Order: sequence, then structure tokens, then C-alpha cells
Amino acid sequence: MKVSELITTLELEVLVPTADLNVDVFGGYASDLLSNVMGQAEPKMVWITMQGHQNIVAIASLIGLAAIIVTADTKVEADTLAKADLNNVAILASKKSTYEICGKLYELGIGRV
Amino acid sequence: MSEDKSVKMNFEVIGEDFDRAGEASAKIKRMLQHIGIPAEIIRRIAIGTYEAEINVIIHAGGGEVEAEIFPEYTKVIISDHGPGIPDINLALQEGYSTAPDYVRQMGFGAGMGLPNMVNCSDKFDIQSTVGEGTTITMEFKHNS
Repeated sequence: MKVSELITTLELEVLVPTADLNVDVFGGYASDLLSNVMGQAEPKMVWITMQGHQNIVAIASLIGLAAIIVTADTKVEADTLAKADLNNVAILASKKSTYEICGKLYELGIGRV
Repeated sequence: MSEDKSVKMNFEVIGEDFDRAGEASAKIKRMLQHIGIPAEIIRRIAIGTYEAEINVIIHAGGGEVEAEIFPEYTKVIISDHGPGIPDINLALQEGYSTAPDYVRQMGFGAGMGLPNMVNCSDKFDIQSTVGEGTTITMEFKHNS
């Protein structure tokens, strides 16, 4: 499944219009502890978090994640979006909780190997 | 690259500057991609270097990152003149952290940084003297 399909299905808001959304998603990871994500998430995963500061971009970019979904109506800082734009990192937003988003992703078959 | 040649890169890390955290790691990653190192190896180098950068930013008031890319492996040395680590074995335990609250609120300081560095590198060394600083050396084989 592609990031663009997740956006439609989960009704996500696209916060970085310039980022490539035509990329495949393989699995997901949910955590707000950045080192935990660094150690456990794998390339092409979608990352579900409530962190909105600009370090999430460095993490996504260094690991090579497919996209970040920021949940629970968390404010994503302007600096974060500027950095994401520069580094081609897709950031998507939802008012739904991390739990709900993970549940829906799982229903879609993401995370099941 | 011939056998006796290496590419050397140096970066300054500024203490408490979370906005620029990861810049050294990103530049090293780009160079490794340019050279043609396998993506999985690059990811491990990026993780280890990023964690070390973050530690310097949180704890040491700044420091330096030096990366040397050899044909067979990459060596990353992160050094600072911060407060040093009184008990290295304790610091290496997963979950142990002395990070202040504002750092934890950002999702750092969970006591996973050093364990991540150990796990993603092929060789890991830490030298620390209280009052003088800390130096971490990591090596990553290109064919592992």
C-alpha cells in the first residue's frame, strides 16, 4: 500500500505537500520515544507519534521511513514542516488517537507480515 | 577508493541545539550513499552517529564528530569536554538516564541511546573521565 492510499483511507491531512507520497509502506511503528524509534523502526515503515518537533524529521530521514503520522491533533511546529519540506519527509496529521490510527493501519494489513 | 585511502569528515556539535541535531549524521549518510555503501550499513551508521550527537547536545554542552570512511569499514569518533560519566556500566544499562525533564518531554532521554549505539555498531568503545569529557568510538563493517 502506498502513502497516498493511506491518506485517502484514513482521511489524513497532508502537512508537507512537496513530499513524495507515491511510496510503498512496509509495516509501521508507534512510539513517542525517539531512541526507541531509532532502534526499532525500519526503512519504509510509517511512524505514528504525538511528537511534533523538528527532530522527528531527522529520525524519519535517517531511517528512511515512508511517512510520519502525527496523531491526536498534535501541533506540528512550523520549523518541523520547513525541515520536512527540505528533506522530502512526508508528515500526515490526524485528530484520531495513536491507538485508533494503529488499529486502522492494522485492519488495512499494514504491520502483518 | 583504493585500499590506503579514506574519506575524513569533521563536524562540530553545539550543546543544547536540538534544532540542528542530526546534521552531522545526515551529511555522513549522504557521503556513504555517494560512495555506494549498502543501505542497511548506512542506516546503522546513521543511527549510531545520531544517538551520539543527541547525547552530546543533551549532556556535554557541545563536542565533535569525526567520521573516517575506509574501504572496509567506517569509524565514527564522538568526543566532548562535558561533565563525563561517573559509572559507565550504569550508563550503558537500557532505561538509565540523567536527562532533564524538558529533554524527556521531547521524547529523548529514555536511556536507550547508548544501548542503541552498542547494538548497531560492530565495535564500540567508550572512554570517560569525570570533569574532562567523554569519547565514543564506533566501527561499522561495510560487509556485515
